[in-house]
Amino acid sequence: MALNLDSSNVATRENRIGSITGYIGSLSDLAEKSQCGTLKGCSRCFSQSSTCLSSCALGQLSAIRDIAIIHHGPAGCSVASAGSYYLDKVMAKKRGVTNNTVYVGTDMNENDTIFGSAEALRDIIIEVNKRYSPKAIFVTSSCATGIIGEDIDSVVDDVKAEIDVPIVAVHCEGFKSRIWATGFDISDHAVLSSIVKPPKEKRNTINFKNFYESARPEIIEMFKEFDLEPIFLYCNSTVEELSHISESLATTCICGTLGNYLGNGLEEKYGVPYIRTINPLGVAGFETWLREIGRVTGRSEKVENYIAKQREIYIPQIDAIKEKLKGLRAVLGMGPGYTFEVSRVLNELGVEVVWALAWHYDKKYENGDVPPSMKYLLENDVDFEASVADQQNYEVMNILKKYQPDLYLSRHPGSTVWAIKNGTPAVYVADEYMIFGYKHTLEFAQSILDSINNRSFEKNLARRVKLPYTDWWYQQNVDKFLEEAGK
Amino acid sequence: MAKLLDKQRYKCALGAMQTVQAIDRAIPILHSGPGCAQKLSDSIGSSGYFSPNIFPCTSINEKDVVFGGVKKLDTTIENALKVIDADLFVVLTGCIPEIVGDDTGEVVSRYREDGKPVVYASTAGFKGNNYKGHEQVIDAIIDQFLEKSEEKEKGLVNIWADVPYQDLFWLGNIKELEKLIAEIGLTPNTIFGYKNGIDNIRKIPKAEFNLLVSPWVSLTNVKKMERKLGIPYLHYPTLPIGAYETSKFLRTVGEFAGVDKDKVEEVINEHENYYYYLIERYADLFLETRVMAKQFSVVADAQYALGITKFLVNDLGLFPAKQFVVDDTPKQYRDKIKEEFENLNYDIKAEVSFETDGYKIHNEIREHDYHGYPLILGSYYEKEVTGELDGHYLNISWPVQDKVVLDDFYVGYTGGIRLIEDIYSVAVQRFN
Repeated sequence: MALNLDSSNVATRENRIGSITGYIGSLSDLAEKSQCGTLKGCSRCFSQSSTCLSSCALGQLSAIRDIAIIHHGPAGCSVASAGSYYLDKVMAKKRGVTNNTVYVGTDMNENDTIFGSAEALRDIIIEVNKRYSPKAIFVTSSCATGIIGEDIDSVVDDVKAEIDVPIVAVHCEGFKSRIWATGFDISDHAVLSSIVKPPKEKRNTINFKNFYESARPEIIEMFKEFDLEPIFLYCNSTVEELSHISESLATTCICGTLGNYLGNGLEEKYGVPYIRTINPLGVAGFETWLREIGRVTGRSEKVENYIAKQREIYIPQIDAIKEKLKGLRAVLGMGPGYTFEVSRVLNELGVEVVWALAWHYDKKYENGDVPPSMKYLLENDVDFEASVADQQNYEVMNILKKYQPDLYLSRHPGSTVWAIKNGTPAVYVADEYMIFGYKHTLEFAQSILDSINNRSFEKNLARRVKLPYTDWWYQQNVDKFLEEAGK
Repeated sequence: MAKLLDKQRYKCALGAMQTVQAIDRAIPILHSGPGCAQKLSDSIGSSGYFSPNIFPCTSINEKDVVFGGVKKLDTTIENALKVIDADLFVVLTGCIPEIVGDDTGEVVSRYREDGKPVVYASTAGFKGNNYKGHEQVIDAIIDQFLEKSEEKEKGLVNIWADVPYQDLFWLGNIKELEKLIAEIGLTPNTIFGYKNGIDNIRKIPKAEFNLLVSPWVSLTNVKKMERKLGIPYLHYPTLPIGAYETSKFLRTVGEFAGVDKDKVEEVINEHENYYYYLIERYADLFLETRVMAKQFSVVADAQYALGITKFLVNDLGLFPAKQFVVDDTPKQYRDKIKEEFENLNYDIKAEVSFETDGYKIHNEIREHDYHGYPLILGSYYEKEVTGELDGHYLNISWPVQDKVVLDDFYVGYTGGIRLIEDIYSVAVQRFN
């Protein structure tokens, strides 16, 4: 990719890597069309609400310790600050550190949309800096400030002389992209352009991009065996830590959608290799990923020893549970960083994927390749019906009603409950490490089994509730509202 | 003008999508960016018949910003009517269409002319917070859905209280208010909560009067209904919590409605008997819990700051330190609310600050001498500062992270008892 750290603006995923949010067909067709360049995303003439890219961007940045986020916009935009305050406190407490990050809004009103509020914003930045002495300041825009042309870049440039920590403008207009993952890129761009410094020395560290570092202790333990030290990003990261990530031996990520921009950026700018394998979920994923880390960091032998030891413990247990999962049919809906990875794991466990929804789809990654998770499935002759829909719940419900799978798996808040109302058992794959490595793959298989074996909750609820969609909708094809769709 | 919103305690006007969500079988259609609903929703207790992730939304993109989003709004409404099984569709505008000048009202009126149950409220984020947005939604229903009724239903009272979802206890409170009103022989009508939907909305014009139980929220709505629908209103500014205020409340409502005094006194007497049966048994707890001091602060919207202050002073005999009203109360209402804070037993006057800057609030709490362990009732933000001061903390206002409420409530006689249970559960566990 062409990284331009001199500009505070990041091109959207749609424009940069041809990402789409509307498609219905099959996995093989999706891959074929992406490879030959004929894939065109569809739009919808009816849609339900999804997610704002600013939630992803600022969710990432606000997890960094002791920084300030100044969200310039109406109170609804900065409402995420309430959730961040809570998350920052509990994540720090869990880890045994303190986090004094502040996330404030500017409560922009109607007058501000007419006359602008650059001066007020300037004062707010100075005041926040005075109150909290943050280690870095991110000044971010909103739809309203974007449209009226509020020049946050100039405000930031203007206060730089008075503020002795990194301060950067972060462009977060929600209308820019339907792909909320663009927000991840925006946060990476802000970190790369304002905090990361050129390397002074190489360290035996590995950058590990994740969400909430729940598997941190065990990953530290594992990497110790390879004489590697993981640096988890960005939850509980310090600005000091981040300034050194260019000195790491490699960058890896629990979710390709999340880490793609940072990984490629560090590789392009500072030559830090980015591990581009399938993700460490399931057996094949974990082993492929570990071996690549071994290769890139020159630790292949140690990695092979580790794999051999772990296989002895876990493979027999995983094989045993596979017997019980055989024949189950699943539908899943997740971000593309997970959909095609979890599909692979389900296939590995003997669960048949009948339909996979990805909340968006990146035609290619920043380096121009088809996403590795797709490639793997195709090379292993796995195919299923697939669609791309930005959490369009009515499409999910249409699919669930028609296919009546044994199981629905989803990763986003508010999505599993609808499957349950349909009477379909649901597994909420919330934690990014829920299927990580051998141990969690086993746990994942077990939790599928437990969900299938007691369906009381969903049966009780489904019997009593009415679904909010009309019979008319259930009689339609799922692509009813896609425009320019190949029917 | 833009201001520093440090420790934010409200949402924007579009947050009124939750007001719509609280009306049974009503759904908002958002003419906004794709992520507004997700941001403005609360992650627990939102998976009812409709949930935020199924609210139809035009998901405005860059092209719509340039060329306008009217066409997309049109297809979104048209198809929402086909796909979603709802009784009422409330189109809410976010920031973008209002800045670029989409004529949302015109699009919506075409559907209304066709007899479709679609109304429209202007709720751009920059137009105010969700308390104002709540009023906008009710105004929209009054203006676009209701006609004056010559026929009145004897004893029918519309009850209006504070903002659903923003108020943790909204459902329980409204149910308890309905119950109390019914006990004195009136027929309550509310449009929020269980089984309260379009039929209740249709009944609004037939009411003999509107009862507004809130310091300021919805005052504009009941005034509008007085003008447009000819419905008089009774404004009771204090959320009645506990026996002292609830009895006063029932007497005021009874008198306004012309209910037989003896009937009202009978209801009050029965409730007070049980209430004081409980209080008498637990008076030892109130007097002898060694870690409880006398002074308290509430950090909440006007409704709870005032309601709880009156309860703790007039019922439990505690003493008010400074109280903080954090809902950005419009300036024209502040003096009246301040008067209420100064109208307490024994001429006690509670000092009140209308403040939205959490940093300043926390500094004031830190600087005040509570002469013992402070009791702080507030949002999740107050947890840490209360901890620093070794105080007792109860999460009663938004944001809420320390409490799960399905249908619990603080209003009325029973509500007062619930609040006591919550406060003393904190106190007795304090050093466990």
